[in-house]
Amino acid sequence: MDATILPEVTAVGVIIKAILILAVISAIAGFGTYIERKVLAFMQRRLGPQHVGPYGLLQLAADGIKLFTKEDIIPQHANRIIFMIAPVITAATAFIALGAVPVFPGFTIPLVDVFVPSIASDINVGVLFVLGMMAAGLYGPLLAGMAQSNKWGIIGSARTAIQFLSYEVVTGLSLLAPIMLVGSLSFVDFNNYQTDGYWLVVYQPVAFVLFLIAGYAETNRTPFDLLEHEAEIVSGYVTEYSGMRWGMFFIGEYANMITIGVIASVVFLGGYNDCGIIPGWLMILGKIAFSFFFMLWVRAAWPHVRPDQLMWLCWKVLMPLAVINVVITGIVMMVG
Amino acid sequence: MGLEKFKNRNVGTQNYVKLDLTPPPKSGWCAFKQVLSRTFKGELFVGLWVTLREMINALFLGKMHTTQYPLQKLPISPRYRAIHDMLRLLESGHYRCIGCGLCEKICIANCITMDTRYDENQRKEVSEYTINFGRCIFCGYCAEVCPELAIVHGGRYETASEQRASFSLFEDMLTPIDKLNLQQEYQGFGAISPNADDNIKKTPLAY
Repeated sequence: MDATILPEVTAVGVIIKAILILAVISAIAGFGTYIERKVLAFMQRRLGPQHVGPYGLLQLAADGIKLFTKEDIIPQHANRIIFMIAPVITAATAFIALGAVPVFPGFTIPLVDVFVPSIASDINVGVLFVLGMMAAGLYGPLLAGMAQSNKWGIIGSARTAIQFLSYEVVTGLSLLAPIMLVGSLSFVDFNNYQTDGYWLVVYQPVAFVLFLIAGYAETNRTPFDLLEHEAEIVSGYVTEYSGMRWGMFFIGEYANMITIGVIASVVFLGGYNDCGIIPGWLMILGKIAFSFFFMLWVRAAWPHVRPDQLMWLCWKVLMPLAVINVVITGIVMMVG
Repeated sequence: MGLEKFKNRNVGTQNYVKLDLTPPPKSGWCAFKQVLSRTFKGELFVGLWVTLREMINALFLGKMHTTQYPLQKLPISPRYRAIHDMLRLLESGHYRCIGCGLCEKICIANCITMDTRYDENQRKEVSEYTINFGRCIFCGYCAEVCPELAIVHGGRYETASEQRASFSLFEDMLTPIDKLNLQQEYQGFGAISPNADDNIKKTPLAY
């Protein structure tokens, strides 16, 4: 793989792309809450939000206005500064991680003839960077729970620590086998690797399943939503939050869901390569959308696990499987 | 299936169907085998299929559960005891009440108040009739005792109001004279609700 040459990487271009990512992803993250409520409602044969605007589409705006105008309460004994910056950590790390994942194929702007690679920065350690950023997102819930002087928050942040730290291991190990096959840490190389051959999920089905499971745990989605599970710990790390600070946690969570979807699409599902007559940008949009839908589908179908089952699953099942997968991949590469 | 199976109260002699509960695994190897079999049985996908099936049912086959209440209302049973209605005679349009006072007598909540007098034809007319809905317990005795089927329970079950009085005067309960052709007779005890056929379901004992 030759190093990808990016002809028109200028400061202006990068800034425009960063602003676009911020605007589009936060809009999609807000829209994701609407989609989630609708899909869950349909799966339970309900209607979901439908009174605000056509099909309830403006519910999103109504929720946004509500979140912005709500009183921002900081508890008396909370550590004010940490309490205030914790939501920012979650949202910021989620968006920073999106800076290094490619979403669309590069394209040329027709009139001015400028080639635009659709990635804010194609760093050659993209996978590491994104995983590291999502791992740094751990500090959001952790500090939030510990700063609010609330026992439910403390339990929530304890669960954050065990869950995120444990599943980081599985994410890393499950991505290691595809990295060995591709021989690069850049997402663009992952995509180019799958241009001619099959999708990587054909060669690495176990890694794909492990990555999905670990990704759900890292984005705090339902089978593993122990951080803020209402029936047990009120609301976990967001118990004392209100208004837009609470909203930032959720924008971060939904942005992370999209990131997991993009990584799964680019690394395992063929990325933004054309498929027959279907153009690449449509392919990857479909893959990301299905990945998002699958998260909601799983939420509607499966109950969540206990914390001890979570740890059992991570350390006794997924982690050994990931290691075995890496070893077998290595042996096959060496022999074949 | 006959009833005799249920009439047998001697515990232990009935032919119960036992659930297929396997004993908990005894050794580590058994636990491992259990994990393997549960992993590859694909039961998780059964759950996924069930939710997807319900979504298809709801979206495309018109099996959405929701009744959008203020816009749509489910039909209520004719035996439902809501705010009372005073009916009219269909031929003359005169109210049916003959002022016998039985409903006032039988009312166990003492909420019916009526006053009668003789009109110019020496016929008894109701000069005053109110039901205090703050006291009414909707027992239905008044409707049951009425010899003329004049007072019945209607279908107005949304009884939130700024004033109690807006329901309880004789004129409010009386069928409006221009809607006489829409007046519903009480269908009698044992009448079934209009959507009774739709509500028949198989008892969920299949599992």
